[in-house]
Amino acid sequence: MADTTQSGPMLAADGSPLKRSLSRTLRRQKLRALLLIAPLLIFVLVTFIIPIVSMLFRSVENQIVSHTLPQTVEALQEWDPNSGEPPDEAVYQALFFDMFKAAEAKRHTQVGNRLNYEQPGLSSMFRGTGRSLDDMGEEFEDALVDIDPSFKTSEFWFELLSGEGADSFLKDRRAKLAAMAGESMRGDIGFAPSAKALELLPATTEAYTDFAIWTAIVEEDVVAEERPWEAVYAGLGVDLRSAEVVQQIASYDGPGAAALKAAVANIDQLPQESFRDMFAESDEDWLDTEGWRTMALYSPDYTTGYFLNSVDLQKTIEGVEARPETQQIYIKLFIRTLYMSLIITGACILLGYPVAWILANLPLRTANVLMILVLLPFWTSLLVRTSAWKVLLQQQGVINEILVWLGFVDDANRLIIMNNATGTIIAMTHILLPFMILPLYSVMKTIPPTYLRAAKSLGATNWTAFWRVYFPQSVPGIGAGSILVFILSIGYYITPEIVGGTDGVFISNRIAYHISSSLNWGLAAALGTILLLVVLALYWCYDRIVGIDNVKLGG
Amino acid sequence: MSDLKVSIPRPPLTSFTLPLTAVLGAMFGFVAGNVYGQPWIGALGGAVVGAVMAFVAHFMSDRRTVTRWGTIAVLAITGLLAGGLGAAFSGVIIGAVMSWFAYWLDSGAYRKNVPIYYTAGQTLWYNSFLFICGLVFFFLIAPLLPVMWLSFNAEDFFTFTPEMLNFQAEGYSLKHYRNFLGTEEWMTPLKNSLIIAPFATFISVSLGTLAAIGLSQSHVPGRQAIMAILISPMIVPLIISATGMFFFYAPLGNWLEANLNLDQRLVGYMKVILAHAALGVPFVIITVTATLVGFDRSLTRAAANMGADPITTFFRVQMPLILPGVISGGLFAFITSFDEVVVVLFVGSAQQQTLPWQMFTGLREQISPTILAAATILVTVSILLLAAVELLRRRSERLRGLSPG
Repeated sequence: MADTTQSGPMLAADGSPLKRSLSRTLRRQKLRALLLIAPLLIFVLVTFIIPIVSMLFRSVENQIVSHTLPQTVEALQEWDPNSGEPPDEAVYQALFFDMFKAAEAKRHTQVGNRLNYEQPGLSSMFRGTGRSLDDMGEEFEDALVDIDPSFKTSEFWFELLSGEGADSFLKDRRAKLAAMAGESMRGDIGFAPSAKALELLPATTEAYTDFAIWTAIVEEDVVAEERPWEAVYAGLGVDLRSAEVVQQIASYDGPGAAALKAAVANIDQLPQESFRDMFAESDEDWLDTEGWRTMALYSPDYTTGYFLNSVDLQKTIEGVEARPETQQIYIKLFIRTLYMSLIITGACILLGYPVAWILANLPLRTANVLMILVLLPFWTSLLVRTSAWKVLLQQQGVINEILVWLGFVDDANRLIIMNNATGTIIAMTHILLPFMILPLYSVMKTIPPTYLRAAKSLGATNWTAFWRVYFPQSVPGIGAGSILVFILSIGYYITPEIVGGTDGVFISNRIAYHISSSLNWGLAAALGTILLLVVLALYWCYDRIVGIDNVKLGG
Repeated sequence: MSDLKVSIPRPPLTSFTLPLTAVLGAMFGFVAGNVYGQPWIGALGGAVVGAVMAFVAHFMSDRRTVTRWGTIAVLAITGLLAGGLGAAFSGVIIGAVMSWFAYWLDSGAYRKNVPIYYTAGQTLWYNSFLFICGLVFFFLIAPLLPVMWLSFNAEDFFTFTPEMLNFQAEGYSLKHYRNFLGTEEWMTPLKNSLIIAPFATFISVSLGTLAAIGLSQSHVPGRQAIMAILISPMIVPLIISATGMFFFYAPLGNWLEANLNLDQRLVGYMKVILAHAALGVPFVIITVTATLVGFDRSLTRAAANMGADPITTFFRVQMPLILPGVISGGLFAFITSFDEVVVVLFVGSAQQQTLPWQMFTGLREQISPTILAAATILVTVSILLLAAVELLRRRSERLRGLSPG
């Protein structure tokens, strides 16, 4: 035999060493298993895990401010929030150009809404001023056109600012505009800013380049044929306020030199009002430092603000502090959610334990019939059961009618058992009871009845036998059922929404409110993240106690 | 095994059956008297009726059926004369309960299921325990009954009308069923549910079964982690899944519409179907892996031995055996989608309004008993599904050679 004479490693039938052959088979088995799992794993990752992760991300994401108002945020870095003074002119000037673009893209109201969550009133300030931006720019436009009619023509601006050598500048503007509008700004725009113009008239070139990109890509028009934005005129006005620019124009001889020189000559006809005053004229509150402090606080790309908000704290310049008493709702809501879930879990244990016991100890045939009584509600639509409780619990409902008919409750003082915590607890106990009974039953089924008899024959009373012998063995079932019921109940939405009124709602109702009504999605995401963490912690416990492989459905 | 016959002695009349039956009668009497504002007189009358019942049961124990029906009839007529149909109905219930109770005590049947050595206290506890369990079963099932009854209401109210309580024909109608079956308002959501649920079920069942087979192989790297990911849609609260999907699917839908030129309606359905399929996956995984635990691996080896390729083996040998698990997993996935409202509320648009969605808005805003007609139909459907699953379970156990249920 080859095996006996050979001193080397054992060989498989094909002559390769047995060890390698075996590990190859193992590898192939692993690969086959993974290939079978892969489609579903990818499917769940894409359709479920990624959405959840994107929600987690949204709870800290705050790019809307820095994307919509990039230059303002940059200029605001210089401002000292504790100075008690509004920021200086440079910030207002940057705000004008940022807001003008944002208003074109209709994004200024969104950033206003975002800031409004932190300080009520900012939304209307942004919306109102967004309407008067055109007027501010028109003052410059009118003055310039009065000085020289060629400012009115689109060709003038195109020739003045076209050129080459400023490719990186154009790329930068595209990126900023894309971030602001949330859409791609790639593509040919039929315009290239000139490096010379950029040096001479920086604000004008910037505004015109933004206009060119926007006109060509979003509005799909030809840049050279369109009248520029009012912001471009304002840009020229801003540039002409600098003595240095005025000096350079004197020695400038490129396209449009005549018009520029005319503008310099009549510089006193241009509006001299500062942007700060213009903003103040549009809305007094622009001079209020509180709004600017909020903006400075929420200008970074990522913020802990939503999380602080969801635990009743707030971010201020001085640091983290508690919200005013009247605005503290989330901690209370979290505690109520946990507290009511505990009551529901307790009620389910109380009601479920005897039923599970009797199901486990009756003869199989009877138990199967009774099991249907447990499974029928389990299989019935959640909404059916919730509407059933609405029928039963309302003031003119079945329970109240019967009590009034029997004379136990006065017609005028009907019990209020709906639209409050009681209603939620009763209805949810009913809805979640099967989730307690089924795991309890499957654990109790494995406890041999002989143990109880043995305990009794050794002299234990009924109670001792139950408490010292049976109950400890059923504890895993209680644990499994409780965690299952608790997990399900702290995330419940439908039933509290319908029978909970205002006192009986859970944190999930608040999340839904922020998603669909107040549109404060970041806060909804932060609240959801906290809830998710609680559930995952509980799930980890469940895995420890029961193991996910042992989850059973419907007996 | 022959049971040991134990003859239970009949309990004494005066010191056991009579007082207990009287107490029960007094309780009923108290409640009935309370309707007319005279609870104590009612209790007294009830006690007398109870005492009479005990005598009847004791001395006419061989004519049980006749006396029980007699009692029911007497109490029903009393009720009818005193307070109309509702009271007559109560009379029937009270008569049935009291006559049963008297015979149950008198014949010694109350000790039938307890060991002979049990003391009186232990017997009392055992029977009270059964009574408590009965109450819990009642709590589980009873709430569904008024819904079915109320769905035949002739009025547009969510409450019982006097006509309904007096069983007058004009109090009842099928108009809510007609409204459910005959209007776009309800038929479109039903149609949407019937479009979305089967597609979602198909996706989760086909992918889920494959993955469950993969997971049941002996060497799967990272099995725990994979399992945790696949089960997660069941663990994560629906409101969080819905929030996450809302943030993710809206831009995804826009992208599909813009870049692939897909119809807006189609994209809307796709979003909801994908979301529901993800929610259904854990149920398929759990039921199919549970079935595969008992699967005899030598069968596939035998098939391979006889020259079947893996695909033939799967469809001809493995699939028929795990089919019950696959079908009940599919039923769970179907119910999950068919019953789901939170996710569709967030992910879908008005065009994808499903039946639960319509019921939810109906419950929250305009209260129309059409919801109850829909609910009754759904309960009927779930009873049918329950029966189907029960049959499948028995078939599965029979196939796998386990003891019949």
